[in-house]
Amino acid sequence: MNDEIRQSEGSVPPPLLIRGGRVIDPAAGLDGCADVLLAGGRVVAVSPHISDGQVPPGARLVRASGLVVCPGFIDLHVHLREPGHEYKEDIASGTRAAAAGGFTTVCCMPNTTPPNDCRAVTELVLRRAAEVGVVRVRPIGAISQGLRGEALAEMAELKEAGVVAFSDDGRPVMNAELMRRAMEYARMLGLPLVQHAEDLSLSAGGVMNEGPAATRAGLRGQPACAESVMVLRDLELCALTGARYHVAHISTAASVRAVREAKRAGLPVSCEVTPHHLTLTDAACCSYDTATKVAPPLRSEADVAALKEGLADGTIDCFATDHAPHAPQDKQVEFDRAAFGMIGLETALPLLLRLVEERVISLPDMIARLTSRPATLFGLPGGSLRPGSPADVTVLDLQRVWTVDGTTIRSKSRNTPFVGWQVRGRAVLTVCRGEVVHDEMGPLPTAPPAPR
Amino acid sequence: MAFPHRHLLGMADLSPQDITQILDLADTFLEISTRPIKKVPTLRGRTVINLFLEPSTRTRTSFEIAAKRLSADTINLSGSTASTVKGETLLDTARNLQAMAPDVVVLRHSASGAAHLIAAHIDAAVINAGDGMHEHPTQALLDLATIRRHKGDMARLRVGICGDIAHSRVARSDLIGLTLMGAEVHLVAPRTMMPPGIETLCRPPGRVHLHDALDEVLPLVDVMMMLRLQSERQSAGLFPNLREYSRTFGLGPARAARLRPDAIIMHPGPLHRGVEIDPAVADGPRSVILEQVTYGVAVRMALLYLLGGGTVEA
Repeated sequence: MNDEIRQSEGSVPPPLLIRGGRVIDPAAGLDGCADVLLAGGRVVAVSPHISDGQVPPGARLVRASGLVVCPGFIDLHVHLREPGHEYKEDIASGTRAAAAGGFTTVCCMPNTTPPNDCRAVTELVLRRAAEVGVVRVRPIGAISQGLRGEALAEMAELKEAGVVAFSDDGRPVMNAELMRRAMEYARMLGLPLVQHAEDLSLSAGGVMNEGPAATRAGLRGQPACAESVMVLRDLELCALTGARYHVAHISTAASVRAVREAKRAGLPVSCEVTPHHLTLTDAACCSYDTATKVAPPLRSEADVAALKEGLADGTIDCFATDHAPHAPQDKQVEFDRAAFGMIGLETALPLLLRLVEERVISLPDMIARLTSRPATLFGLPGGSLRPGSPADVTVLDLQRVWTVDGTTIRSKSRNTPFVGWQVRGRAVLTVCRGEVVHDEMGPLPTAPPAPR
Repeated sequence: MAFPHRHLLGMADLSPQDITQILDLADTFLEISTRPIKKVPTLRGRTVINLFLEPSTRTRTSFEIAAKRLSADTINLSGSTASTVKGETLLDTARNLQAMAPDVVVLRHSASGAAHLIAAHIDAAVINAGDGMHEHPTQALLDLATIRRHKGDMARLRVGICGDIAHSRVARSDLIGLTLMGAEVHLVAPRTMMPPGIETLCRPPGRVHLHDALDEVLPLVDVMMMLRLQSERQSAGLFPNLREYSRTFGLGPARAARLRPDAIIMHPGPLHRGVEIDPAVADGPRSVILEQVTYGVAVRMALLYLLGGGTVEA
């Protein structure tokens, strides 16, 4: 596999014993106090007590009592901006941000310059990821050449090169016939098709959600149905073709309803939701803070409630950040002219923990939607701590209170409306391929203690 | 009485007391414009920059005259002379102007929130002279001043506003100001130009009524305000054609005859004669359209005084 290139090149990290944490591994149905042993880039053992004798020499010890130990988070939707927009983000900075947020795998969207619509770009992204990536990077290939929505990209070759899904994200596939053909190809290749669902004829010119808030702010609105109209069209095509259809950043009540019914009807459909669509409403745009300008736009309170309902009943499969970095010059302009998107990798966890606090979902449920669920949807390694799984682990301090601070963000960009928010919950240790890639626990001692 | 605001960004920031203070002051300034020498030294040594990045005749001239009659130094920058056409951002333009230490920056801009953006980054007082589809507070204040002059107390007054509500910043500012002063507002527009949730701008709630037909509003109102079609901001296809629009939502002599005898007719300009308003109505005895313009100068003098004066004593 492409992401193993790095491992064969680099030195093998020392074994790691994570002792005494609350291990939550939804894929294995595990939630309890246990030790986790990592060695050789794999999970070796998870058990209530791993005795000193079982620990290989030179292992490092992580004292995790009071902390949660879970599989490394997987984000199906990020923008790393490389190649072409490195002033916003690059693979090095984006994966550092991912590690800081507890993510060990990120799937990067193809809307780069040039776009990832052919093998050469996929290979470039994978090579750069192997060179400078801090966590695993799995590219998503374009559906159409140049993301123009006119002709199919070289989907079969993209798959050979290593893409894990197809999407024209940032833009919808407006042409229904092209979408049908793309679904047929995706079906043949066995990869999911990810739609940025937005009917451009309905959303045209809109910079926020249509509704009272947009009317108050005097900003052009995109009606919620611009999304659901597209979802409903695609579900018909999904029924026709049998392709695995994944709705990116679902944001409206009607879209959730449509996906729920399609699932009931047995269609191979899934969807993701972002932390920001669950946290903020369109009222936030009335401040004209361009950090609140995202696509799809922040929606109404009723939509947010429907998203939570969709999470609770399982309609919404997983979380994804849609981490979309933009430089100040893209954002410190009039709201109408500002770029769409906000960063999200470093704030996802505490925002999602609010859902646990509100009892929308349980903690293991939340973790499943960041680990095993996304892994299954895109067929990715990881997402579990079962022995033999990749040594991708995140340790969480659920009690840690911290303030989102623009100066300590790892991403190259600062475009988040959550700066200044006091939040609770943080990834204090991120391990990817057995290597510590983010560490707020201080120097790790050797385990077991050296004999006298 | 001190004026409790540093900027004037929108009617939504004002209280009824603030509005009354501005209108009272505007009434006193009205007289200055009738003198043979139309100038007082009130703002001598103060600098007012009119930054108009969207076309304007009335508002820009009105602000310039208002500043000059108060003896302020005025500088006018318009869309074609400002550096924004060379690709400079609004924020950089504002910062550069700030570096020259103006006291007041008056901004007209096609983007909603533009005045908020620069107000957050410069020290000068910012007056919003119209931002996109958001607000046009000085227009609302001059409308209120005109209405007050003709109708006295605004409580329970009924005001009709007809036209392209969706794309009109005047409609939004008027709706907020009128309801704040106790009036009841009746909005008429084709459904394609009635923005969702417009009633939530009403403060307190419940003083706004929405209508599909102009004819049902005419007999109700003390004031009938007509708006033009904001074609520069509209997407295509919001109405079939001008002829039908005019027949359905225009105010011609026959419709004007259905107004109450003491009702006045207003229009923020520019007029599209023969579309939303017939020339005979615009120029007729109930029309106070030019009086609005006259009040515009007085209201803007009042605002420049309140926001640009600082230490100036009357």
